[in-house]
Amino acid sequence: MVGHSTPPFFKRGPAPLAKLVFFVIVSLGLLVSDLNLRYLDAFRQGLSVLAYPLQMAAATPADFVRNASNYFASLVRLQIENKDLKARQLQGAERLLRLDQIEQENRHLRALLGARERQAVKSVVAEIMYTAKDPFSRTVILDKGAQAGIEAGQAVVDDAGVIGQITRVFPMQAELTLLTDKDQAIPVMIVRSGLRAVLFGSGNGLMELRYLAANADIQPGDKVVTSGLDGVFLAGLPVATVARVERDQAQTFARIPCLPAAGVEQFSHVLVLGQRESLPPRPPEPELINKGKSGKGRKARAGKE
Amino acid sequence: MQPTNRSSRILLPVKMWFVYLTLFVALFLNYIPTGHLPAVPDFVALVLAFWCVREPLKIGIGAGFVFGLLVDIGVGAAMGQHAFAYVLLTYAANELSRRVMWFTPVEQALHVLPLLFMSQVLMVVVRLMAGAEFPGWWMFFGCFVAALLWIPLHYVLLLPQYRPVERDENRPI
Repeated sequence: MVGHSTPPFFKRGPAPLAKLVFFVIVSLGLLVSDLNLRYLDAFRQGLSVLAYPLQMAAATPADFVRNASNYFASLVRLQIENKDLKARQLQGAERLLRLDQIEQENRHLRALLGARERQAVKSVVAEIMYTAKDPFSRTVILDKGAQAGIEAGQAVVDDAGVIGQITRVFPMQAELTLLTDKDQAIPVMIVRSGLRAVLFGSGNGLMELRYLAANADIQPGDKVVTSGLDGVFLAGLPVATVARVERDQAQTFARIPCLPAAGVEQFSHVLVLGQRESLPPRPPEPELINKGKSGKGRKARAGKE
Repeated sequence: MQPTNRSSRILLPVKMWFVYLTLFVALFLNYIPTGHLPAVPDFVALVLAFWCVREPLKIGIGAGFVFGLLVDIGVGAAMGQHAFAYVLLTYAANELSRRVMWFTPVEQALHVLPLLFMSQVLMVVVRLMAGAEFPGWWMFFGCFVAALLWIPLHYVLLLPQYRPVERDENRPI
């Protein structure tokens, strides 16, 4: 029936239905262990080595389109941009000159106070190559990877603020999860009131401040910066602006959508910040009465921060 | 074997290296970073469905699983997401093979469309259950484009199997 070779009589292998059940179980097992347990990163790394040449080859059309559009960018636009940048540099220069002096002064004052110094970290400049194709998450691929010293968990900023966090690292590339991704959260502080909160991506290009009481001191237009409590993001980086505040008496918490400060959904050069030195160790836990409840207690405390 | 079971042309047997070559070309097309452009068809699903309908004894669920994993890695999806969808797709395509081969390419495309649509729906269901956001209805347009591509594909992928037409008075086939 099929082709010119006779179908085998005796060597048929397992029945199609048995094969189907087997592979469905295996793939569902992979899915669960990847999405919930994150066991498969090493496996993914291994297989990505196989897929890498094909991926690189496939990325060339995108590169070509990007370079071509750069090439044909009009002269006028470049001149305007150049003028704008020069003006901004002049404005910035004055502040930069003062910054050195202020930093020096800050260090002295901190030394006087006995406070820990604010850390300066090493950083790597990378370029966003393209948006990852997975339509369910908001991730982009950077052109630098483990070979440039990038590690998973590092914070990524652009010229206006935080845009996300490195989630997977490949030898030559890294995957950056944007702040607007539904699974991404970042501990923040409201500049005006000093209120601490956690900012979550809401998936539609916006972010949301959750778990703030309905009567919290917050107004539309408030600037939101990182609080640095997580030990990943440096404190004081701009993250978002409060778009509006919806207070509903029926709800315990206010609904507070925020607009990202940085060009989160744009293509540009970004700065991958180096790992921060770890925070000082937590103070010892108070005497635990019941060992079995310790895990629960830790979770509850993490929620309060 | 004929282009369709009603055709009177007889094709050369398929070469397995050509099957895998076309699958890798489809993989390459899937890897092209089109971002979140709507209506980009899933080429690997299409080519897998094509060969599973044409050659149910030679290619099937195993190939679907392996190429599904490769797509998962390349596009940064959850591991096993495409593999799961392709396993069911290849099984269904293998099962449908005997029926589908009796139809013209256009009617075949109509048979394959529900399969491709089902594989998209499966992926959406799996990811939504895992807590991802719904990406929007645009992601279902891809399978309609893929079904349209079935018609040219039917000629392109069978080209190496066609042999020149020789008229022979004594042998009418």
